[in-house]
Amino acid sequence: MKRLPQTFMVASGLLLLTLFLWPMWSITLIAPQYPQGVTMYIHVNKISGDSPGTLQNINILNHYVGMKPIEPESIPELRYFPYIVIGMTVLALVFAATGNGKLFLFWAVLMTALALAGIYDFYLWEYDYGHDLNPNAAIQIPGASYQPPLLGTKVILNFTARSYPALAGYLAGVSIVLAYLAWWLKKRTR
Amino acid sequence: MKNSPLLSKSFLVLPLLALGFFIGGCSNSQSNQPGSRSGGALSSNVAEQVYVAPGEYDEFYAFFSGGFSGQVTVHGLPSGRLFKIIPVFSVGAEKGYGFNEETKPMLMTSHGFIPWDDSHHPELSQTNGETDGRWLFINGNNTPRIARIDLSEFETVEIIEIPNSGGNHSSPFTTMNTEYVVAGTRFGVPYPQQDVAISEYADKFKATLSFIKVDPETGRMNIAFQVLLPAYDFDLAHAGKGASHGWMFFSSYNTEEKHTLLEVEASQNDKDYIAAINWKKAEEYLAQGKFHEVPARYAHNYYDTEKQLATSTIMESVKVLIPEECPGLVYFLPTPKSPHGVDVDPTGEYIVGNGKLSANLTVHSFSKMLKAIENKAFEKEVDGVPVLKYEEVVAGIVKDAGLGPLHTEFDDKGNAYTSFFISSEVVKWKVSTQEVLDRAPTYYSIGHLMIPGGDSHKPQGKYLVAMNKITKDRYLPTGPELCHSAQLYDISGDKMKLLLDFPTMGEPHYAQGISADRIIPRQKKFYKLEENKHPHFTAGEKEARVERNGNEVHVYMTSIRSHFAPDNIEGIKVGDKVYFHVTNLEQDWDVPHGFAVLGAQNAELLIMPGQTETLLWEPKAEGVYPFYCTDFCSALHQEMQGYVRVSARNANVPLKWSLGSYEEQ
Repeated sequence: MKRLPQTFMVASGLLLLTLFLWPMWSITLIAPQYPQGVTMYIHVNKISGDSPGTLQNINILNHYVGMKPIEPESIPELRYFPYIVIGMTVLALVFAATGNGKLFLFWAVLMTALALAGIYDFYLWEYDYGHDLNPNAAIQIPGASYQPPLLGTKVILNFTARSYPALAGYLAGVSIVLAYLAWWLKKRTR
Repeated sequence: MKNSPLLSKSFLVLPLLALGFFIGGCSNSQSNQPGSRSGGALSSNVAEQVYVAPGEYDEFYAFFSGGFSGQVTVHGLPSGRLFKIIPVFSVGAEKGYGFNEETKPMLMTSHGFIPWDDSHHPELSQTNGETDGRWLFINGNNTPRIARIDLSEFETVEIIEIPNSGGNHSSPFTTMNTEYVVAGTRFGVPYPQQDVAISEYADKFKATLSFIKVDPETGRMNIAFQVLLPAYDFDLAHAGKGASHGWMFFSSYNTEEKHTLLEVEASQNDKDYIAAINWKKAEEYLAQGKFHEVPARYAHNYYDTEKQLATSTIMESVKVLIPEECPGLVYFLPTPKSPHGVDVDPTGEYIVGNGKLSANLTVHSFSKMLKAIENKAFEKEVDGVPVLKYEEVVAGIVKDAGLGPLHTEFDDKGNAYTSFFISSEVVKWKVSTQEVLDRAPTYYSIGHLMIPGGDSHKPQGKYLVAMNKITKDRYLPTGPELCHSAQLYDISGDKMKLLLDFPTMGEPHYAQGISADRIIPRQKKFYKLEENKHPHFTAGEKEARVERNGNEVHVYMTSIRSHFAPDNIEGIKVGDKVYFHVTNLEQDWDVPHGFAVLGAQNAELLIMPGQTETLLWEPKAEGVYPFYCTDFCSALHQEMQGYVRVSARNANVPLKWSLGSYEEQ
C-alpha cells in the first residue's frame, strides 16, 4: 500500500509505451459505397489504415476536392513525437524512483500540457488539409471546407467523418490520470 | 443432352416408349403439371424460401458449366442470381480473356490457339471427401482438356490438354482428397493418332482413361498415367469413396465398337460396361516401371498469379498402362442399356449405373465386386480385362423408376435422386432398398441434377437443382433459340418441393454446389502492388514511359482514379506493334479500370486493382486515336481518356508522352 503511488507512476510511464503498439487516434469515413467505412489510424510515428491501401484510397478521394495528399514522410511530428514519448517514460520512471510527490504532479501537468499541445497540433493539420485546397480541383463547392472533426462526427459532402481516440490514445489518458492519482495518494499518506 | 445420341430421336422415342411399357408410371398425378403453370400451385411460403433480401447473401454458391459457351457461371442458391461468368475454354471479350497477351497462352493446344470449347462437368476439389472450396475443375469436351479455376480469384489458372483422346466427356470427377482428376475418351481414336480407314475402328482405334495428378499445395496438374482400353465410348465417371476410395468408375457405351449410325449400332448389346480402375494398384505398377513412355504432344498452360502471365508448354510424352501387363488394374462390370452416369453413393458401397435406354436403374455393390474379384467370378476377358459376372456384382434394381435415367446424386440421409430425361422428372429412391419414395416433374427434359456435395462423401443436402434442356413455354420467348433452365427443389422433407425456375447461360450440363462459408474466407479483394512480378509492371506514375524497339513500342501505362499516365502519346508509326502494358495502381476492393483503344482488333483490357495487363494494338492508318477507361470507376470516369498520335511509317515525329503539366521526354 505504501508503494502504491510509485507503482502508479511506473505504470504511467510504461502505459505511454503502448503508443508504439497501437494507434492513438482514428478517423473513419463512411459513405454508401463504403459500408464498412474507411478507417485511418494515427500512430505516434506513422499513419496506417484498416487495409494497406487505405491512405492511397483516402488520398484518391481527397484529390477530387483539391485536398493535399496525406504523406506521412512530410509530417515532422511523426519523427520527433517518439522521442518525447520515450523521454516522458524515462522521466516517469526516474520520478517514481525518487518517490517525490511534487515531481509526480510536475510530470502529470507536463504530460497534460503535451497532450493538449498535441491535440492542438492535430487540429492545425486538420485545418490545413481541409482549407488549403488546389484551385484547379475537379470538384469545387464555393465556401466549402473539408476539415474533419477534432472529436466527434461530422458530415463532409457524401461522407460521414468520425474522429475519436484509439486504444493507445485512451491508454495515454489513463497514464495521465494515474500520475495525478499517484500525486494525490502520496499527499494523503504523508 | 443436345449432343447425346438420344436427342435426335427423343421426341419420337418418348411417346413410343411411354405407350409401349410405361403408361401410368410417369407422375400424372403430380399437381405441378406442365401447362397448368406450376407457379399457380406454389404456396406463398415457397417465395419466402428463395427470397434473399437486398444486401443479404445466398447460402450456397452454385457453379454451372456453360456447355457450348465453354465457360462457367456462378450463381447463388436459393435465389438463382447470377454473379459471374468465368471464361475458361472460350475467349471472353468482356475482360480480354484469350485476347490480352497474358491469357492468350491459356488457350494454346497442340493444334495451336483454340478460341472455343464445350465445357461439361464442373467438379470442386475435395479434402476427406468433402468439398473444400479451393479449386473448381472442368472438362473441355471437343479438344480434350481439363481446366482448373482458383476460387480465391474465380479465374482460370491452368489448362492441361489430354493426348490420345477424343471427346473428353467422362471428366474431371475428383477422388476424395483431389489426388486425381480424370479424363476419358468418348470417341475412340486411332492409337497412336494416324491416317487410317474408319472401317478399321475395332482394330486400330483405342480408348484411354487418364489420371491427372493434382498437387495438394499448388493444385498444379500433371498427367500421371493413361490406361489403354478397347475403343468403347467412355461416358461419365465418379470416384470411389469411403471403402471404395482408391477406385475410379467409368461408364461406357458402344462396347459394340461401331463407328457409324451409333444410335442404332451402339444400342445392340444388352449390357455395356462400367470400368472399375484400381488407381492405387496403378501407382504400384508405375513405381515398378510397368508403364510405356509413349510419345504424345499436348499443351500444359499455367497462369502464374505473381507474374500475372500464362505460359504454354508443349509436353512430349505420357505414361501408358496396358491392362494385359497389369493384372488387377481394371475390371468391367456389365451394366444394362448403355449407361450414361455412373454415380457412387456417399458411403462408397453402391455404384449406380444409369442405363439411359432403360426404365430401370442398376445398382452394383462394391463389396460384392471385391468378392467376385476374389472368387474370379469372371464371365470372360476382353483385352486382358476380366468381365465380372453381372449377378455376382449387382446389389439390386430400382424397378420402373422412370424413363431414360441419366444421372444420380445423393443427400445426407441415404437417399438417391435420379434424373429421367425421357419422362422429364426427378425420382427419389432409398439407396439401401432401391425403393422409390417420391417423384417430381421437371420442365422439361432434365439432364444432370445437382445437390451441394451430392457426388461427394459428405453431401450438404437441403437443395436439389435440376438442369433442363428444353424450356419451350416456361419463359418469355426469345426467338428460335430459347434459354436452358435450372429448377430448384427443396429436398429437406419427405417430398421434393419445387421452389424456383431460373434461366442459365449456354447449356449447363453439370453443376456443383457448396455452402458459401467454405468460399468466402478465401476471397482475394485485390492484388498487392508490392507482389506484382509482371515483367512489364509499372510501379507508379513516375515510371510511366514509352519505349521503342524497332517497330515494337511498349507503353508502360498506369491507371488510377481518374486518369491514365501517360495520356498523350506521340511518335507511333503505321506498322508499329504497340503493346499497352497497363498497371492498375488502385489498392481497393472493386475498383477495376478498363482500357480500350480505337481500332484494336482484339478486345478491351479489364484490369483488377494491382494487376498489369497487356493489349496489342497495330494501327493501320495515320491519325489521332482516343483511348479510354471502359469501367465506370469514379465520378470523373468520363474524363479518364487519352490520345495516341499515329504518323506515317517514314515520319520523323519523335516519341513523346505526357500527363497534364507533367512532361517527360
